Amino acid sequence: MDLSHTIMFSYAWLLIAIPLAGATILLLLGSAAKKWGHWLGTAVALASFVYGACLFAEMFLAPAEQRATDVPVYTLIDVGTWHVTFGLLIDQLSVLFILLITGVGSLIHIYSIGYMAHDERRSRFFGYLNLFIAAMLLLVTADSYLLMFFGWEGVGLASYLLISFWQERPAAAAAGKKAFVMNRIGDLGVILAMSLLFTTVGSVQYSEVFAAANRIPVATATLIGFFLLLGACGKSAQVPLQAWLLDAMEGPTPVSALIHAATMVTAGVYVITRSGAIFDHAPAAATGVVIVGTVTMLAGAWIGTSKDDIKKALAGSTMSQIGYMMMAAGIGGPAYAYAIFHLLTHGFFKANMFLGAGSVMHGMDDDVNMRRMGGLAKFMRITTVTFAMGYLAIIGFPLFSGFFSKDHIIVAAFGYNPVIGICAMIGALITAYYMTRMMLLTFYGKRRWVEPQEANPNRLPVRHPHESPLTMTIPLIVLALFSIGAGLLMNHWIGQWLHPVTDPAHPHEVTFGEGLIEAFTNPLAWITLVLVAIGIGLGWLVFGRNRDIPLEAPRPNLAEQIGRNDLYGDAINNAAVVHPFLAGTEGVAKADEGIIDGVAVGSAGVIGGLSTQLKRAQTGYVRSYAVTMTAGVIVVGLVLILGQLA
Amino acid sequence: MSPENYLILSAILFSIGIFGVMVRRNALVAFMSIELMLNASNLALVTFSNMHAGNSGFVLDGQIFAFFVMVVAAAEVVVGLAIIVSIFRTRRSASVDDASLLKF
Repeated sequence: MDLSHTIMFSYAWLLIAIPLAGATILLLLGSAAKKWGHWLGTAVALASFVYGACLFAEMFLAPAEQRATDVPVYTLIDVGTWHVTFGLLIDQLSVLFILLITGVGSLIHIYSIGYMAHDERRSRFFGYLNLFIAAMLLLVTADSYLLMFFGWEGVGLASYLLISFWQERPAAAAAGKKAFVMNRIGDLGVILAMSLLFTTVGSVQYSEVFAAANRIPVATATLIGFFLLLGACGKSAQVPLQAWLLDAMEGPTPVSALIHAATMVTAGVYVITRSGAIFDHAPAAATGVVIVGTVTMLAGAWIGTSKDDIKKALAGSTMSQIGYMMMAAGIGGPAYAYAIFHLLTHGFFKANMFLGAGSVMHGMDDDVNMRRMGGLAKFMRITTVTFAMGYLAIIGFPLFSGFFSKDHIIVAAFGYNPVIGICAMIGALITAYYMTRMMLLTFYGKRRWVEPQEANPNRLPVRHPHESPLTMTIPLIVLALFSIGAGLLMNHWIGQWLHPVTDPAHPHEVTFGEGLIEAFTNPLAWITLVLVAIGIGLGWLVFGRNRDIPLEAPRPNLAEQIGRNDLYGDAINNAAVVHPFLAGTEGVAKADEGIIDGVAVGSAGVIGGLSTQLKRAQTGYVRSYAVTMTAGVIVVGLVLILGQLA
Repeated sequence: MSPENYLILSAILFSIGIFGVMVRRNALVAFMSIELMLNASNLALVTFSNMHAGNSGFVLDGQIFAFFVMVVAAAEVVVGLAIIVSIFRTRRSASVDDASLLKF
């Protein structure tokens, strides 16, 4: 018994169809929709959010065992014993994603009305955003790996289109291509995992796969787990496929907030949490997830400390926070819920900070370099305050949302392995350091720019900072409120809510309830708080105290040098993959020209030469043909006669 | 008379026809040589039919086939002569060596 008989759930496909219709209309009409395209785009996102909220309300009111609902949509293949049906699985996990995607998505649509106001192709931008919302909803509501993969590719496409939205900039076009290609590597992992599931289980339907998960041989399950991890690495920018995320910041800032912070890049965490049954059965793969998460968490934080570009520093931070989620998802058990908890709170505070960065850029002539900012707090009050809420949330200031979600992960990491736990704590320290740096460089300290009417003896950049319009500040305020309260709101509730999905074997044992108390009683939480305070202090020592920040970055030390170059991710990729492959393709091209083409051209030459000689027999003299014919008849006759004799 | 003699005559006529086609330049003579070959084969067909009948039966297969050959030959003559006449009209020559444009 589930909710599929209710009207809201039986029409659940509308959830995806509405934004898809919006995207279709906007992209087909093109510039004809210029005047009202952004309103339509925002309206469909809001409609989708209202529908999702109704689904959530209905599910919330239903008894726990009826909540998970599989809504059949249609049958794709029904031949003999082979049934492939498409359906939507709306359960406790996916409904949270629906709310996050459509909720944050709607806010970012509203924000984009103001942010993209001066862009010629604003309605196309909204069309792409709607396409993204539809694909992302399909990704999280699909009830099979195959259908999930449709959404997976759809968000990849939308991400590509939006990163290179300003296609006239070579850097943006290249960044889109890079993201697309690196995601293909991850997609290969998902395809291989699906193929393995199909051969071992005979189905890619979630319900059938998870029911049979215990019967899959451990070696196969481990392989499936690693393939899924490869897919998650590509989509969620985890080491070793992390290099695309920093370049993806070439896209418009709302895109960075929606796709490359709040939703799409967390799809990898979703897939691993969803496939919990497989990872529980393959401890080696789960360990792999933890290690990848830890490495990425530290690598992203490292990059975050040394970037002067505000968006790239935030992107490094995103990598790092997703690393936390992956860590939790790999630890498994109750930590699945922590991963999703952190995913949701991160979705709020990181979208908030990205949009805040966009608001700063809006007022600073699209400059992203924090060295040319400073002292903006007086000029952009709302942006500063909302950004500060995001800041307090991400560093884990007590009672802010990140405090609860990150603490759970650190405690769980210590329970799993002390080394991982210490890494998680160091990550918290570095996070506090680089976020303090960002705050101080951008909003406080001395101004490193001048207003147009001021004297400019030091040749500082001329800027005219101003607060952004209401369409941009209202989403900031809403997201700031969630950055403050989401943790407190969900801390006690989310573990129990997600329990039937994350631990279906023991539906009645809930091991997640001491949250609020744990955060204050556990000594680990106190140590983390001390480390965070040290991080803030370090940040203040280096960048605070009204110090003079040079406009040009001074000669970096080794750690900074490495961080500024994205830990040489591109260089490693080039040396390990790109150059060998290019050399390989050149070799293959040479072989193609030399050997394959050589054989073809050579044989054509031989035939041509022979025919040039042979055609001389065609003299045009009838009598010579007659002689040839007679000779031929005589030869045939002789052969026949000799054949008779022999 | 022994039927072999008819066959020998047929072979001689056929060889004369072949020889004519191969050596004579005049299109009309070559054409006549072809007719000679056809009639040589007709003679052979009738002879074989006669031999096949032997003492017991009454077989006319070869004779009927010879009629077919004659009919087709008559039709072919119409076409062939028309071509030869039209070539002669345009080139004032009936030599087959002059009409040698269709070559490499």
